[in-house]
Amino acid sequence: MSAILPPAERLWWKHPLDRVEGVWIAIAFAWCMVMFFMMVGWHIYGKQNLSTETYKTTPEKFSAKAQAMVDKYTVRTETDQNIPVVHPPEGSDIYLVARLWAWWPILELEKDKTYKLHLTSMDYNHGFSLQPTNINIQVVPGYEHVIKVTPNQSGQFSIVCNEFCGINHHTMVGRLYVK
Amino acid sequence: MAATSAALASGNATTYRTCPRSGLQFERSAERLMIFNAVTAVVALLVGGILAIGVVLTRWPAVHWLAADTFYMVLTAHGIDMLIFWMIFFEVAVLYFCSSTLLRCRIATPKIAWIAYALMVVGALMNNIDVFRGGSSVMMTSYVPMMATPWFYLGLILFAVGALIACFVFFGTLVVAKRDKTYQGSVPLVTFGAIVAAIIAVFTIVSGAIILIPTFFLAIGWIKEVDPLIYRTIWWAFGHSSQQINVAAHISIWYAVAAIVFGAKPMSERVSRGAFLLYIFFLQLASAHHLLADPGVSTEWKVVNTSYFMYFAVLASMIHGLTIPGAIEVAQRAKGYNKGLFEWLRKAPWGNPTFSGMFISLIGFGFLGGISGVMMGTEQLNLIIHNTIYVPGHFHATVVVGTTLTFMAFTYFLIPVLFKREVISPGLAKIQPYLFGFSMYFFCLVMMGAGTLGVSRRHWDMAFGGAAMAYEWPGAAYLMMGLVGIGGIAAITGGALYIYLTVGSILWGKKLDAGVPSPRFTPIPPTAPSAAAQVYGSAGFAAPGTFVLAMVFLLAFILYYFINWKYLAQLWGMS
Repeated sequence: MSAILPPAERLWWKHPLDRVEGVWIAIAFAWCMVMFFMMVGWHIYGKQNLSTETYKTTPEKFSAKAQAMVDKYTVRTETDQNIPVVHPPEGSDIYLVARLWAWWPILELEKDKTYKLHLTSMDYNHGFSLQPTNINIQVVPGYEHVIKVTPNQSGQFSIVCNEFCGINHHTMVGRLYVK
Repeated sequence: MAATSAALASGNATTYRTCPRSGLQFERSAERLMIFNAVTAVVALLVGGILAIGVVLTRWPAVHWLAADTFYMVLTAHGIDMLIFWMIFFEVAVLYFCSSTLLRCRIATPKIAWIAYALMVVGALMNNIDVFRGGSSVMMTSYVPMMATPWFYLGLILFAVGALIACFVFFGTLVVAKRDKTYQGSVPLVTFGAIVAAIIAVFTIVSGAIILIPTFFLAIGWIKEVDPLIYRTIWWAFGHSSQQINVAAHISIWYAVAAIVFGAKPMSERVSRGAFLLYIFFLQLASAHHLLADPGVSTEWKVVNTSYFMYFAVLASMIHGLTIPGAIEVAQRAKGYNKGLFEWLRKAPWGNPTFSGMFISLIGFGFLGGISGVMMGTEQLNLIIHNTIYVPGHFHATVVVGTTLTFMAFTYFLIPVLFKREVISPGLAKIQPYLFGFSMYFFCLVMMGAGTLGVSRRHWDMAFGGAAMAYEWPGAAYLMMGLVGIGGIAAITGGALYIYLTVGSILWGKKLDAGVPSPRFTPIPPTAPSAAAQVYGSAGFAAPGTFVLAMVFLLAFILYYFINWKYLAQLWGMS
């Protein structure tokens, strides 16, 4: 019962390695390095890397910028709440407000064009979960996260909130179009 | 013996009994502390298990049982009762076992250990009562600025202070053993693992204090703000590291079970202890796993920390994953189960719940928990699972299949040895690890399946009832969530069986001989060094069967890892 008893050899650290262990440690170490450099390599060669561009912000500042975009680029409204649908030009800064319990406004983007998406929350933490493509990003109040996005499919997408934000969390679903 | 009489003279009079079934020596106060901590843990598991019914039956779309507010309350309490109270009460018992019992010494400062226990009980009750009053449905993570009542944080803080004191009682007990010379040379490997768990626990609890104390001040109005991103960073240094205590603790128990059931000795003390050491150095970096999809944290920080500094802690787990079954294989082959690659495994005592539970736990922890954990902890791959139900799928494989099932398996050993009772209905005890373990495997797999389709965690209604622009999940997602419900109910049945067997055995099990109490301890006799030469195995491999299993594991790991990169590569471009 040796694992629950003191080691028999007092100089246990000089005990030779078994070959099974030696070989396995070498293989496992190599695999660990592959995984580590895969992450690094994807930053160089891969197309899906989450930007870390972030600014401190306040609800007032961010709402003002979002409102300016809505005033300029709204093309129509949808649902009985008249949520504006915004069609901003390629390469522009686009703003998405997360608040209890809605995503605002509805963005309309074009396929294979790049936009700078600004995300923040007006209140609690929220979760940006773009479906059905399945891209998930944390939205933290007080921080404006700027991500360059390039949609590669057209169609209608939903933005589900996947960070618990209170009793009506399950009604917090937004929409996004790609033409 | 001089040390013993000195201890007696200084007023630390106590008695020691040697269990006639296991040969283990229990000191009276340590024994009572272990019993109380372990029983309280099982009570927490019972409460958490009842709450699990509510969670599972609400997330099963066809049932959708509880109202939204009740669901979030129940989910908050389920998380805290299971992940914190059940685990840590049991771990305190394990720490006392690994110090006082394995080193055959008295426990240091038993009165302070009782204060620690009392603080933990008061804290746990305060937190639970507060959650059930309904004003603190903030989930276990309680991300600011969403606030619970002050009682919620105060309860957690009291509990943590108690747990911290218990860790220091454990360290003190190691000093007692050293001073009283109850053993010679180094501490046993299992005790070494427990030391690692306790060191990680100290780091964890300090991180918890750094963030929960200011949040408590915010709740009572002494300060104006706690930054949401700093909260997330430090909270997870507490939240994730507390799972690493579990890992260190349950891996120590795996080694203990291999020793108890098979008389297995570690293949190499150096390798196993080295792997535990890697845990101390790197396991605490895992706060980053929860911030990979966050703003404001640099890429370099994410990559280094999420990989536990180049995956050195993953390497450690892969080493334990080989050396534990390897040690069993070597012991079995020495007994003559030497035919082919797997006779040692076929002829293992599958009817002994201590062994079967431990082995089901080891395989599930590696294949389901380990592989999924590394996948989701990869910086870019995290984008496809962050906050989806994949995450609870993963951590039920690590914390439930890994830790909970291990603790259950160890309980079947403790009932006759520590509680001096015979297990009631051994037939049921025989099937319990299989029922619980395999239904948990299934439960985790279908949750990960639903998460891969994007289904959110901590979400009351996947049909989005009342939303202006509801999203329609694919049919497969509904199917997966239905299976989550079925698997969950099966696992809860397995858990209920464990509670019945444990509580029933302690209350009504046949009393067993405790062994004669003695006023002094018997030191551990030195073991004779064994012959180093390996006479079994093939091609110079002492454990060829284990090596083949490890290769199967590696293959599964590599395949699954790259499948997810392929999936990621199809997403929108992001930079």
